[in-house]
This record gives sequence, C-alpha cells and structure tokens, in this order.
Amino acid sequence: MSLLRLLFEPGFFSSAPVHTAVVIGAVTAVVSAVVGVFTVVRSQSFAGHALTDIATTGGSGAVYFGISPLAGFIGGGVAGGGAMDLIGVQRVRSRDLATGIVLGAATGLAALFLYLDATQSATTGVTQQILFGSIFTVSSSTIPAVVFFSAAVLLVIGAIYRPLLLSSVSPELASVRGVGLRVVGLLFMLALAVAVGLSSIAIGSILSTALLIGPAATALRLTRSIRGAMVVACLLGIATTWLGILLAYDSDYWDPSSQGLPVSFFIVAIAFLLYLLSGLAGVRRHVGRRDGDIPAREACGLGDDTTAKAVA
Amino acid sequence: MIDPPVLEVSDISVAFSGRRILDGVSFEIHEGEFTGLIGSNGVGKTTLLRIILGLQRPDSGEVRVLGAPRSPRSHSLGYVPQKVVLDADVPMRARDLVALGLDGHRFGFGRRSKNQRELVDEMLHDVDAERFADSRVGNLSGGEQQRVLIAHALVSRPKLLLLDEPLANLDPKSVQEIVALLHRVSSEHAVAILLSAHEMNALLPVMDRIVYVTEGRAASGTTDEVVRSDVLSKLYGHHVDVLKLHGRVLVVAEPRPEADHLPDHPTLTVS
Repeated sequence: MSLLRLLFEPGFFSSAPVHTAVVIGAVTAVVSAVVGVFTVVRSQSFAGHALTDIATTGGSGAVYFGISPLAGFIGGGVAGGGAMDLIGVQRVRSRDLATGIVLGAATGLAALFLYLDATQSATTGVTQQILFGSIFTVSSSTIPAVVFFSAAVLLVIGAIYRPLLLSSVSPELASVRGVGLRVVGLLFMLALAVAVGLSSIAIGSILSTALLIGPAATALRLTRSIRGAMVVACLLGIATTWLGILLAYDSDYWDPSSQGLPVSFFIVAIAFLLYLLSGLAGVRRHVGRRDGDIPAREACGLGDDTTAKAVA
Repeated sequence: MIDPPVLEVSDISVAFSGRRILDGVSFEIHEGEFTGLIGSNGVGKTTLLRIILGLQRPDSGEVRVLGAPRSPRSHSLGYVPQKVVLDADVPMRARDLVALGLDGHRFGFGRRSKNQRELVDEMLHDVDAERFADSRVGNLSGGEQQRVLIAHALVSRPKLLLLDEPLANLDPKSVQEIVALLHRVSSEHAVAILLSAHEMNALLPVMDRIVYVTEGRAASGTTDEVVRSDVLSKLYGHHVDVLKLHGRVLVVAEPRPEADHLPDHPTLTVS
C-alpha cells in the first residue's frame, strides 16, 4: 500500500483531467503507433515532421479564429498532406523538395498565427499549448472526436494494409500487381496527417513526431514481423503516455514550492529512452547471431507460431 | 501450334524526347521457353520490360499475354526487379515478402489460410530459400534476395516470369546458382522465362531462345540463328564478328576510325 502511495500521488485516480488524459493518451498512442510503423518503413519520417509543422499552423489558426484546436490540427495536416501529395511527394526524388517547400510555407503562417494568438487573444500560454501540448487541459468533450478520427485512421490503414506494405517494400512490385500507388500513397498521407493532428492534442504539434516515430522505431527493432511491430508499438506507446502522465502528475508533489513539469517532456523522454534501450537489445541480438545462435526471438516472446516452429 | 504464345510483342516503338529507344521490336515467347533478352546497358531492355509489364505505354505496337491484350490486373505475369531496397531495421521476413506475392494487391489485413501458408513454404523450398525464410529481407545477400524475389513472383503461379538483370551485381558462383535455379523452376512450374542480361555466356546452356537488342532494334530466334556474324552485323549496322571459344561467345566489333559512333562499346564487344 505504501508503495502504491509512493507511485501514485494523492488524487491521481479520482482526478477528472487525469481520466481524460489517460483515455486520449491511449487512443492517440495507438493511432500514432500503427501509422508510425508504416511511416518508418516508408522512410517518410521527414514528411511526418513536416506535417507536425503544418498542424502547428492549423492549431494556432484555429485558436485565432476561435474554433477547436483539434479541428485545426487535423484540418491543417490534411490540407498540408494533400498539398505535398499534389506537389509530388509520391516520387521519391521530389519527395524531400515537396515536403520542404510546404513545410517552410506553413511554418511562416504558424509564426503569424502564434503572434496574433499571443498578442490579441485572451488565452494565456497558448503558444506553449499549441507547440508542446498540455494533455491535462484537454476537455473531456473532445474524447468523442478523438475516438472518431482514430477509428477512421485505423480503418483506412486496415483496409489498405497489404497494398500499402507491398508498395512500401517496392513500388515497382506493387504496380506490377495492379496496386494503384497514387491512391494508396494519398490515403496513407491523409492517415498520417490525422495521426499527427491527434497526437498534437496529446503532446503538442512540435513533439507529435516523437509519439509517431519513437514507439514504432523501437518496436521495429524488437520484433520479427510488421504485425508484431504494430502490436508492440501500440503497447509501448500506451505505456509511454501513461507513464508520462503519471510522472507529470506526481511531479506536482516533488517540490512543493513549484508547479509540476510538462507531460510532453516526460512522454518524449520515455519514448527516446526506450529507443536507446532497444538499440542495446539489437546489439545483443547481433552478437548472438555471430556466435551462430538463432536470434533471440523467443526472448522477446514475440515470434508467431511459424517462427516458433522454425526454432523448434 | 494451337495455343497462343505466352507473350507476343508486336512492332513496339517508343521514343523519349525525340530519341528512339525501341524501333519496331517484335518477338514471341511460347510456353515453358527460357528466353534471354540480351544487350548492353542502355539499349532499351528495361524500357521493353516495363512496356511488357504495363508500367509504360509504347508509342506504337502491341503486347499480348496469353493471346489477350496486357491488362494491369492480369496475374499471368510474374516480375523480379533487380533488387529491392529495404532497411535491415524493417522486420519484413523473406516469407512475408513471398506471401505478398499471393495477396499483396488485396485489401484488408488478410489472415492467411493454412493452404496459403503451405503454398509459401513450398515456394520457399523450390527456390532453396528455407534457410533464410525467417531472416529480414534487408539482411539478405544479393543472391539470397534474388531467390526470395523469384519466389514472390512465382507463388501466384504465373505463366510468364520477367526478370530485370537478375545476374547483375552477383558473384560468379551466385550467377551459376540462380541460372540453374531458374532453369529448374521453369520446367517444374511450366513457366516461360524472359530474362534481361548484358552478358549472355552464363545463359548459353539454358537459353531456348534469344532476343538480341542493340540501338533499339532486336533480332530473335535460337542462339544459333541469332548469334551469327551476318545477323548481328545487320542489326548493328556495321560488321561484327562472332567468335566461339570453349563454349563461350564473343561478339567483336572491328576498330574503326569513327569508333565513338558505336553506341556502347568503342572497339570490342564481349557478350
């Protein structure tokens, strides 16, 4: 009991903002993880990062015009993703250029909106909130919208899972099999934009890539299949956000003279630490292989039945 | 012959920004035949393959597969690209890539049936890839990756397998192994093979027919019909000699004063 009290400072379980944060944190972590795995596999992390900047524009614009930041984050991201697709993000060679141009334009606009928000609106700390998030201030009335958009993203990814995977491995092989690369690429870009918008609510637009890429990259290192990576990334994402929420809540009590530390800091720090740790696991596996061992897939307990058979 | 040819390429021409890449190329491939598409780099082999695959439109001419015009959703064609670039960090196992050859174009997650998993296992066995079936594709050597890509292309049981320079970037031992493997699977699976290469010698023992391409024009037939001084001289538009040495073939162009007019090889062609 005393250990429990040590871990959870008073009021954690009864606090309404904590309840909302736990739900939104988990849902956005799952969406970020699933989309993040494909973002890493498709080497579109830069596009993901550009979308966070565009989401910043949307979020800050939404605050200026007095609409919900979530609508701004998602609307901005979707518009930016569409623009990048039009300019030519589909072709690998023009991908960086298209991303960079849209990113630059959007960030300029974000600078304007954030300036206007800070100088003209009554909301205090709005810049901090848009850029770095504050999951404890999210209203519980946002939950239905977050769940709706999350479900939509998961449905889209589920529907295009195999063509998306094949076209990520080799666009050539996919189009030979009749996969419409443009449609699949555009749908993924939109899913990515919405995922970034959702995690912007949780940890702020600038940091949302951390939740998108971190757990996914860690899971990809640890698992033996893409599906396994998605499951592990979801679990890591949920664990990361929940632990971040707990630590941020507790940090209120660490030093009575000061306020608590930001949740986003904890979430990003945990995601980064997990990625570093997974690097150590990777090194160990590499050494194991050199000794002629079969890679320690059972050690992670993640191999599916076919791999288990191969080991036996 | 009653059956239509597996592949019928008729009078294909294509030009990019005024430069002729292919100029009236025609040839046929029949069931189970092993055909080499031979020519130096940059003579239009890849363009020709892309047209056959439906990834590119010719300016004129037609491609028919099994007697019907090539449709993008036809699965009677299997394709093996030179390589796929996949980071070792991506947990895509060899068997996952082969399975995508069965259903990679379908919507949804797709839980694979026992029957499908057996098909994948069988295919991995047929290309001797069982050893590394559970390794990440990004960790495989060039020869191992070729086997997996061949299995990916064959698992949907196509009638024709197209390979784009599968032997480039392979060490001599792997070249031999892949050629022997292709020869074996082509008879086991009754699949015709069209394989592009810039070097024909490794293929001489297994090739039923050859399509020799240079400067956008092509000659086709058996190796004895095509790899002859008179035929190739006509194709090149200047005199070349064909030398046969210990079962190897050398195509030699005479050194000429205006040698830099020869597109690919100024003085000597070894093929």
